[in-house]
This record gives sequence, structure tokens and C-alpha cells, in this order.
Amino acid sequence: MTAIAWTRRRRALGRFWEQYSRQRAGVVGAVILVVAVVVALATPLVSDPDIMDVTKATGEKMAPPSLEFPLGTDESGRSILGMIMWGSRVSLLIGFMSALLSMVIGTVVGIAAGHFRGWVSAVLMRITDWFLVLPSLVLALVLSAILGGGTSTIILAIGITSWAGTARLIRAQTLAVEARPYIERSKALGAGHWHIMSRHVLPNVAPLVLANTTLQVASAIVAESTLAFLGADSGQASWGGLLRGSYDWGAATKGAWWYILPPGVCIVAVVLAFTLVGRALEAVLNPRLRGNA
Amino acid sequence: MTEVATARKTLLEATDLRVEFPSRGRRAKAVDGVNIAVGEGEIVALVGESGCGKTTLARTLLGLERPTAGRVMYGGAPLSYTSRALKAYRREVQLVLQDPTGSLNPRHTVYEAVAEGPRIHGLPDEERIVAEALSHAGLRPAERYFLRYPHELSGGQRQRVVIAGALALQPRILVADEPVASLDASVRGEILALLLRLREELGLAALVVTHDLGLAWNIADRVAVMYLGRIVESGPVEQVLKEPRHPYTQALLSVLPESPERVVLAGEPPDPTRVPGGCRFHPRCQVLASGLADEADVGHRCRDEALAVLPAVPDAQAACHYANR
Amino acid sequence: MTLLELHDVSVTYRIAAGEVPAVRNVDLALAAGEALGIAGESGSGKSTLAMALLRLLPRGARVDGRILLDGEDVLTMKWGRLRAVRWASASIVFQGAQHALNPVRRIGDQIAEPLLVHGLAKNPGKRVAELLGQVGLPAWRARSYPHELSGGQRQRVMIAMALACEPRLIIADEPTTALDVMVQAQVLSLIKKLMAEHGISMIMISHDLSVLADMCDRLAVMYAGRLVEVGPSREVFHDAKHPYSRALAAAFPTVGDPASRMAPRGLGGDPPDPMALPTGCPFHPRCPVALPECSSAAVELWPAGPGRTAACVHVLEDPPAAAVPDEARVAVDKEAS
Repeated sequence: MTAIAWTRRRRALGRFWEQYSRQRAGVVGAVILVVAVVVALATPLVSDPDIMDVTKATGEKMAPPSLEFPLGTDESGRSILGMIMWGSRVSLLIGFMSALLSMVIGTVVGIAAGHFRGWVSAVLMRITDWFLVLPSLVLALVLSAILGGGTSTIILAIGITSWAGTARLIRAQTLAVEARPYIERSKALGAGHWHIMSRHVLPNVAPLVLANTTLQVASAIVAESTLAFLGADSGQASWGGLLRGSYDWGAATKGAWWYILPPGVCIVAVVLAFTLVGRALEAVLNPRLRGNA
Repeated sequence: MTEVATARKTLLEATDLRVEFPSRGRRAKAVDGVNIAVGEGEIVALVGESGCGKTTLARTLLGLERPTAGRVMYGGAPLSYTSRALKAYRREVQLVLQDPTGSLNPRHTVYEAVAEGPRIHGLPDEERIVAEALSHAGLRPAERYFLRYPHELSGGQRQRVVIAGALALQPRILVADEPVASLDASVRGEILALLLRLREELGLAALVVTHDLGLAWNIADRVAVMYLGRIVESGPVEQVLKEPRHPYTQALLSVLPESPERVVLAGEPPDPTRVPGGCRFHPRCQVLASGLADEADVGHRCRDEALAVLPAVPDAQAACHYANR
Repeated sequence: MTLLELHDVSVTYRIAAGEVPAVRNVDLALAAGEALGIAGESGSGKSTLAMALLRLLPRGARVDGRILLDGEDVLTMKWGRLRAVRWASASIVFQGAQHALNPVRRIGDQIAEPLLVHGLAKNPGKRVAELLGQVGLPAWRARSYPHELSGGQRQRVMIAMALACEPRLIIADEPTTALDVMVQAQVLSLIKKLMAEHGISMIMISHDLSVLADMCDRLAVMYAGRLVEVGPSREVFHDAKHPYSRALAAAFPTVGDPASRMAPRGLGGDPPDPMALPTGCPFHPRCPVALPECSSAAVELWPAGPGRTAACVHVLEDPPAAAVPDEARVAVDKEAS
């Protein structure tokens, strides 16, 4: 029986891919993402972390692109290309991890607030509202200042300031699922809270969670860049950190476009790619959108 | 009351049940004093229009709603609302809803849908239970349906899956809320025949909530007609449907397509937040409106004197001043 | 006088998996002032046929044949003409009135809309009040929003909208399915009264043969996209020639009839997949009186009495032995001997 179940699952996956591949923008986004992830994973194989070390910089300071340094050098003579490749690891890691954290919090709070009525829901939603109206950037800055630097701090800071919107979305979807007759049937069969939330609600909100996570990664990368630009960085070179470096050294006024443009383009490309993938996933997984797509 | 409630041994019973909800700043008396009993292996039809409280009554009997007053008795003992007691109660009393499409999670296969109950209750030998439940519900060979999804089945098959899901817990009584209302005419008879067969094979009792008097005629032993939170007439089907005594039952029967003379009641089904004084049916009552009640000198009682709650007895009875004059 | 004529009408839906024939070769005629009921289970094509009459089908659907309304072919009409026809000659009342009304507009404005669009009323407010009166609603209801009305009242509003431009044909698709028995009786008697008063023709669609028999002069029963029986409604209901019509008629019992007491009657099996119809008579796999040849021999609507046709080989037999119930056959045998 399990074999047949697996065949079915594989077929469902095939159907999903068939529909996804019809979303042209989504495919473009997915290609950009694959390239970015491959670069991030392969960087340690092709590049030496020493190139990040100011003391071991080999190039001329603020040199325009050349054969040796295809994207020029920074104020310390380090390769911009190398920095971007190493920076992609930090940016993507922070993006993924903080989005994951935010989605876990958002999903748990959202499902709980939608399933339990009464005071539990009320308390959870007031907390959510509080996080929703809080200036999250300022909160993240404060948090990273209190908790001290480091990648995990940044992840935590972004994660716990960005889940409120997700929680509202998941709660709305949970309420819609809870109104279905099969929930009533399940209760009559003797189901408890955990059974209903895990067996009926979660599988039904999962597609929404997936699509939303993808969008969340994009905004987490932007948030990381902003934090880094404002000085709350993880201590490691990221794309946002590069932009800050270019600002600190007045790259714009000095005409050093190679210092500003590459990290900026990378951020825009990856954020756009995540957004495109998220929208495509939403269109494929949400039957209501599928109808008029 | 329990001893005399039905000729059969009483299985499920409600005594003086009341369920109220807050509704737009008022109290809606959805169930406003009901005595009803279902005996072992008995099929009882609860008939009424939407808003009469029949669905609330059914949910309360299932323990999904807590009564404001009165109590639900199962097997002679009052229903306890602790989660452990309720869970045990679920294995005795099961639910079948109107819309089989909505009653099944579209992401669950037939097997998962039927196995849900046994899994919740941790019953051993799940696959055998599921196969047996499906074949009792008329889906044979059961294995062929295991991996189907609800959208791959017809409406009638889906309702059979819902019924199989209830049977998997081996209950002694089904509460079915409009079990055929959303099914095609041709499938309707099949599902009703299934309920009769389950009674024969498994001794399964049923309380069928419906607006359809034809359904009561088709399968029920007894019928209870509900109006505005109260049972206004009850008794053996043959007696109540052939010689209805309450004007409301008479009107319901008269609007069936084949009936010779129609009494179409004017106005809308009444509002449970504003229960009229006197007989609760008197503002719409055709007997009172025609002057017959006044001729018999009961008109003033219809307008002013409330009727007692009907007891849960098997004999035919009507809550009507005119009929009981 | 014939108001509506259908000649060899077929409707095919194009979907990813291929073409789905939903309605096949339907011939029907409706006289002015007549009420015709179309019965069948879901998927029989009855609603598709109704929608095709006013070209209300989605874009993926192809309609073949001819649909003549007052002798004019609906299928070849220009859009402007079709729009005029949709209101002025024929209008449609859908099931589920709660969704067909715009929730944020007042009832009166919605009833007046077609009047204003077609410039039919000088004083729309007065006409709206008149229409509301005809369907038994007070004039002040014009200022109400749909959510302030009950289901039955909303269905009345839908009927008022259908009447607004004084059509000569009303197509009612399960107009009372979602309503309670008593409200259903109210709406049905209202429709009956209005039809008689205004001499309107009606096509009513339902799966409940007993309601159709009550409301209509003639009945057409559809199965798997085809007409399987047509005839005067009382006769079709009480003495159906096609076993499928018989099953539909028996599905809703007559209260008090001892034959149906503790004996609900249904029809085994499921409606066929329109893309893979059984050979021969499409009903033969579910037919309780099927003969060996039914699985191969083609069926068509054969004459089955005065004004009646049925697509069943049993009507060709003379006398119709297998088509009548056993007791009746015994009676026939006794007479013969």
C-alpha cells in the first residue's frame, strides 16, 4: 500500500512541477536562486577566506575592474568579487534562517490563535498586533546591540521582529479551515486540539506557509542589508556590509561604481528572485488564485 | 420517565433540554425545552424547518454543544462533559453531516478518512476495521477505495465514506443531520436504504434530522416535529404523518407536491430570540386564523396560555390547545 | 405558437484532457405560456442546457445545433441583440440567491438596473415598488441590503429581477433547492401565480421530479446529456416509460403510500463518465430491466403514447411486458386468459 501511496505522491509532485513550470517569472526566479545558492556553497572550494583579511590584501586600493580583479578592489585593496562571493554565504544564511524562525513563530501563533477561541486567541492576537505596529528595524537594532554581534544575533533579531504579519495570515486561513464541516466531523470522532491542529489545519495552511516563507526570505535579506548598512552587522562580510563599506569610503563621490553596484545588484536580484518564486508558489498552491491565473 | 420513554430500551435521551445563545444582544432560545428519546435499534426522524433548533438539538445530543439547562442521558446515565468521558461517548454516538463533500478533508484519502476515528481512539487492527466499515457502508471491495481521494468519488460514495468513518468506531447510534439533502434524487434512496440495512445488520439506532417528511416516511419508526425550539408533535410515523393533529404538521404535509389541498403558511420561519407568548405557533396558525379555534372556544388559550413541554413517550401526542380540547 | 425551439443542440466543454460532451443532440419545443420541466441528476447536462439557451456558458464550451427563440437563432445573434433578448425576452433565475445578489447594493437599485440599462421605465422607483408587490414584498424593502433578507425573500427578489423587463420566458434553475419546505411552497406558488397572470412560459430545472410534475405541463428527463423521456408531466411522473424516469419518480416518496414505507428506493451505480459513455443505451449498466441487446443497440426517442417519447427499447415492445411492474403484468395475463 505504501508503494502506491508513494507513486501517488510522486505523481502529485510531477503535477506540481508541471504547473510551476508554466509560471515563467517563477522559473526565472528559481534559476537565479539556484545560481546564488551554488555560488554560496561553492565559494570555499574556489576561493581562499584569506582574501577577506585586510592585512593580506594584494590589490591596489580602490582600483577599477581589471583582469586580476574583475569587479575592482575596495579601500583596503581586497577583491570585490571575492567579497561578494563570501558575502553571499552570510546574506543567504541570515535570510533563510531568520525567515525560518519567523515562519515557525508565525505559524505556531497563527494556528493557535485561530484554533483556540476566547482569551487564548485574544492574548495571542494582542501580542501579534504589538509586534506588528512596533518599528521592527529599530527593535532589531536595539536587540542586536543588547545581544552583541554575531550571525545568530542578527538572525534572532530579524526573526522575532518579522513574524507578526505571518501570524495574522495563518490565523485567517486557520479560521477558514476550522469552519469546514470535516473539522466538526473530526470533533465528533473524538479528536482533541492537537489532532485537529496537526492533522487538519497544518496540512491545509502548509502551502501558504511555504509560499510565504519564500517571500519572507526576501524581506529578511533586505532587513539584514539594512541592519548591516546601519552598522549592526554580524562581523562577517555580507552584501549589506559591503554597501556600508562603500558608503563609509565615499565610493559614490569618488566614482567607484564597482564598489556600489555589484552588492546592490546582488541584493536586488536575489530579493526579486525570492519574490518571484514566492508569487509563483502562491499561484500554484492556492487553488483560488489558480483559477484566474 | 426513562422506563416508559419508548417500547424499546431507551438508548439516548434528552430531558427538558434547553440551549441558548447570545444573538445580536439578545438570547436566542435555539432549543427551548425538549424531551426526546431514541431506543435501541430505533430510527427517529426529527423534522423541522431551518432555524427551528433541530441542528442545535442534534449537536447537543452529540455533546458538541453544552445545554443551558436539562440534560442528555446515554444508557440511563447523564452525559459527563469531561474530555475523557466525551471521548468515550464518541465511540457510542456518531455523527453524519449533510454535505459529504465538506465533511471529508480533501487532502485525506478514503483510508485516512475512515481510519481517523480508530487512530484517535488507538484501536488495534486498523486496516481490518477500515475495510469492514467500508464494506458495511456498501463500498466493496473496500481495498479498491482505500487510496482514492474524495474528489474522485461521486456524492453518494462520499456520503458512504462519511458513514463508514462513523461505523469504524462501532457506535450504537448515528445522529445524521440531513444525510441526503445535498445528494441527487437517485442516490437518496440508496443512502436511506443503507441506514435501514445498518439497523438490521448492526442493530444501529439513528436520529435523523431533516426537513423532509418523505424521508421520515421512508425509514423512521417515530417522528418528532420541531417548531421554534420545541417539539410540537411526536409519535409513530404512520400515525403522525397520516393523521397529523398539530396544525403545523398538517401544514408541512399539505405543501408536499402530491397533497390535495395546500396550506401555505405565510411569513418567515420565526426568530428564536422572540418567542411569541401563548402557543408559540399561534401567529402563523391556520386553525386560529380561520376562526376554528375561537369557535371551539380555545382561541384565547392559543393566544395567552403556554403549552407544557411534551414528554418523551412513544405514543402520538401534539402540543396544541385545539387538538387537545 | 412555439416560443422556443431546440434543434439538435449539443454542448461540448473543452478541457485539458479533451472534449467533454455535456449535452447531446437535444430536440425540444416550448409553446407560449407553457411550463416545461427538465429533470435529471447532477452531471446529466440539464443546467448546461439551460445556460446554453441564453449563451451563458463559459468560453470553453461549444454549442452546436439551433436554438430558436421566436424564430430567431440565439446562437448566431450579435452581442447587442443577445443582451436585449436576455432581459426583454427571456431571463433566468438561479439557485442560491444569496450569491447572485450584490451584497453592497440596495435591493431596489439592483432590480432597477436592467430597467435603466434598457431605458424601459420612466419612473424606476414606482416600477420597483410594483415588482416587489408582485412578489409579495413591501415596497420599503427596496432600501434593504441583501443580508437583511431571509433566503426566501432573496429568492423573491431574484424573481422580481427576472420579471423586471416583462420577459416572455423564465428559466428557473433549481429555484427552491436551498429553501425550506414552507418557503419553497411559498416561492413555487408565487411562480405559478405570476406565470398564469402574465402568460409567461417557463423552463424549470430540478432533480426533484415531484416538484416539476406539480409545476410544469410537460417534463423532459435527461440522462448523460441526452433526453430519455418527454411527455405530459403527470403521466411521466405516475407512469414513466423509461426506467430512469421511474427511478427519479420513486426517489421522493408519497407520504402515506404503503409501498414506500420502510422501503426507500434509489438507483444503484453512478452516473457515467461523459467522456466514456457505455455503449448502446447509456443507462444499461444501472438499468433494472435491461435486456441483453441494450448494451449494444442504439436507442433514440421513440413514440411512447400520445405526446410522449422515451428512449428505451421496452417502448417498442407490444405489449410493453418488461416495462410494467409485476402486479400489472399479472393483471394483464388474467385478462388475456
